[in-house]
Amino acid sequence: MLPLAGAAINGLLGRRFSKGTVAWVGNLFVGASCAWAWFVFGRFLSLPHEMVPYVRDYATWIRAGDFTVSYGVYLDQLSMVMVLVVTSVGFLIHIYSIGYMEHEGGYYRFFSYLNLFMFFMLTLVLANNYLVMFIGWEGVGLASYLLIGFFFLRDSAASAGKKAFIVNRIGDFGFLIALFMLIKHFGSLDFGQLFPAISKLGVENVGGGLLTAIGLLLLMGACGKSAQIPLYVWLPDAMEGPTPVSALIHAATMVTAGVYMVARSNVIFSHAPSAMLAVAIIGCLTALFAATIGMAQTDIKKVLAYSTISQLGYMFLACGVAAYSAGIFHLMTHAFFKGLLFLAAGSVIHALGGEQDMRRMGGLRKQIPWTFWTMTAATFAIVGIFPFAGFFSKDEILWKAFSSEYGSWIFWAIGLITAFLTSFYMFRLWFLTFFGEFRGPELAVGEHPSHEHAHIHESPKVMLIPLAILAVLSVIGGWIGWPQTLGGTQHFDHFLAPVFNLHAEEAAVAAAEHSKELLLAAVSVLAALLGLLLAWLLYHRRRDLPDRIAAALGGVYTAVRDKYYVDEGYATAFVQPLIKGSTYILWRGVDAGVIDATANESAEGAQHVSDALRHMQSGNVRSYAGWVAVGAAVVIAYMVYLGVR
Amino acid sequence: MVPISYYLALSAILFALGVVGFLIKRNLITLFMSIELMLNAVNLAFVAFAWQWKSLNGQVFVFFVMVVAAAEAAVGLAIIIAVFRTRETLNVDRVDLLKL
Repeated sequence: MLPLAGAAINGLLGRRFSKGTVAWVGNLFVGASCAWAWFVFGRFLSLPHEMVPYVRDYATWIRAGDFTVSYGVYLDQLSMVMVLVVTSVGFLIHIYSIGYMEHEGGYYRFFSYLNLFMFFMLTLVLANNYLVMFIGWEGVGLASYLLIGFFFLRDSAASAGKKAFIVNRIGDFGFLIALFMLIKHFGSLDFGQLFPAISKLGVENVGGGLLTAIGLLLLMGACGKSAQIPLYVWLPDAMEGPTPVSALIHAATMVTAGVYMVARSNVIFSHAPSAMLAVAIIGCLTALFAATIGMAQTDIKKVLAYSTISQLGYMFLACGVAAYSAGIFHLMTHAFFKGLLFLAAGSVIHALGGEQDMRRMGGLRKQIPWTFWTMTAATFAIVGIFPFAGFFSKDEILWKAFSSEYGSWIFWAIGLITAFLTSFYMFRLWFLTFFGEFRGPELAVGEHPSHEHAHIHESPKVMLIPLAILAVLSVIGGWIGWPQTLGGTQHFDHFLAPVFNLHAEEAAVAAAEHSKELLLAAVSVLAALLGLLLAWLLYHRRRDLPDRIAAALGGVYTAVRDKYYVDEGYATAFVQPLIKGSTYILWRGVDAGVIDATANESAEGAQHVSDALRHMQSGNVRSYAGWVAVGAAVVIAYMVYLGVR
Repeated sequence: MVPISYYLALSAILFALGVVGFLIKRNLITLFMSIELMLNAVNLAFVAFAWQWKSLNGQVFVFFVMVVAAAEAAVGLAIIIAVFRTRETLNVDRVDLLKL
């Protein structure tokens, strides 16, 4: 509730505040939420077993016959983890935004929306039933729309916001149908009632059944929110928003809502294997697909956007092979390093006065060292090199993809190739941005209207401190999931085990499997290093190669760079017909033709009638006399008639 | 004696003449004369019936009608004079505006 208060205050009164006050209000509420979250976490750890999950109903919302929905909170290990990630990373990004949005207009609006987002996200993860979760779900979609289109005077930004919301909505449609089915068949949306009821049902056969349908529909919702195939198209466009928005919403939190939802519904999925398979397939295909597009992008934020889609694919893959805690683990580490990557990219953009095209960067590592080192930490983390955070989470996913009873080596292979590509494009970004000579234009005074500095400069401390904190987390954040094969105890998995009904023996891997796991881990690190090598070769040593390769590949290269023309495909298949249909049928036909016409015609009809009748009131005495005579004759005739009868 | 139907026929003809005159004539005075004609036709019918039923009610009613006709003629002529003073015309077609 605290962020909601912050949003309200900033939103309603913020225009009159000074920049400092706005920043204080915005950050205070989120900071308080963050502190509260950690406090609750402390208490949570000491709760006795029976109290977990901690459920509390605050008020009843809907009561329709047997069906009730209440506003309630559901606190178990999974939501605890999500709350901590959301509030901590959110708080850091709020601090960062104080510096980043300094020169932009609508300062108060930004923090208001950001706080609003935090409110909805927390509602989503703390909900104790699907309907309240859906409130949060829709709310973060709304906040995303508001924030993507923050610079609403720019056409592309406004369209991007609309696109995000609409594509999201398509996914929400699936989500809603799933909710309806749940209501119809189980009579409740409450987690506490629903999940035990479902566990009692047997495992469904492949290809059939209610739970499979529900699972697939939930997956559709998750695809919309978490940008998987085929509903990922909004995420790259969402880069129109300010960079802190990209960091918070599209890297660390909102896009992970889909993963959270799938993890929360793990009972449903474990009883519907074909739905789980669908999750895994979509996840790994998306991961590969997005990684290939990311290789050819020139805008630094777009590379990171596709990287996000790809990493989300990993998380979905994990959930699809029933490795839910691995998926959530990767969610957490991803929040750290992707958030950091976006913030650092924002720092680079800020330093260059608004330049986002990597072809015009280069050689920046001497000039913005803090940014350079933090971004390096994040890059090594995302690529999955030991002992950075990404290694542990990504590796666990790959291992589970290979070894789980739902997995197969195909998933592992695709995951491995994607890891190689991830490494390649991340290090490509790294080399292009920080090494070599500076390829940008001479920065003259007045280059960027809202920025007075004329030279490349490091960002202010308020931006750098969150970068540093996230960098530290990117390095050590994976250590709480140190796998047993390497000698540690998997704290993270054990923590989340009660949520996912993992039994102790499943978590403990047999000794013979240890060596397999080590081998696979080594292979993935090797893949990452290969990517580094290739990037070094192409973008550091022999700079001319990329262009020659691109020229040689010709059509393939342009296809990849232009995102395989998926957006254009959607436009022709769906968007244009809809727009044409709306224009001709609905607008001209129905609105103007029927509704307007009815109103106009009835008015005109009234006019015609009165036109006819006005001839009676001519002022001509003799016509009046005539009418009197006619009327009298009629009356007399009637009387006579009556008398004769 | 003359059958009553003759009197009634005469009364009807006079009334019809009055109505037609009222509808067709343009002169205001002529209009009023038609109205008086109608009234008198009705008087004739009343008297005829009074004679037939040997009752005085009809004749008394004739007195009433005459009084009313007189009063109405007086008022009507006063209005005509007032209108004539401003319009300079007795053509009923020209008296078609509410404004005097």
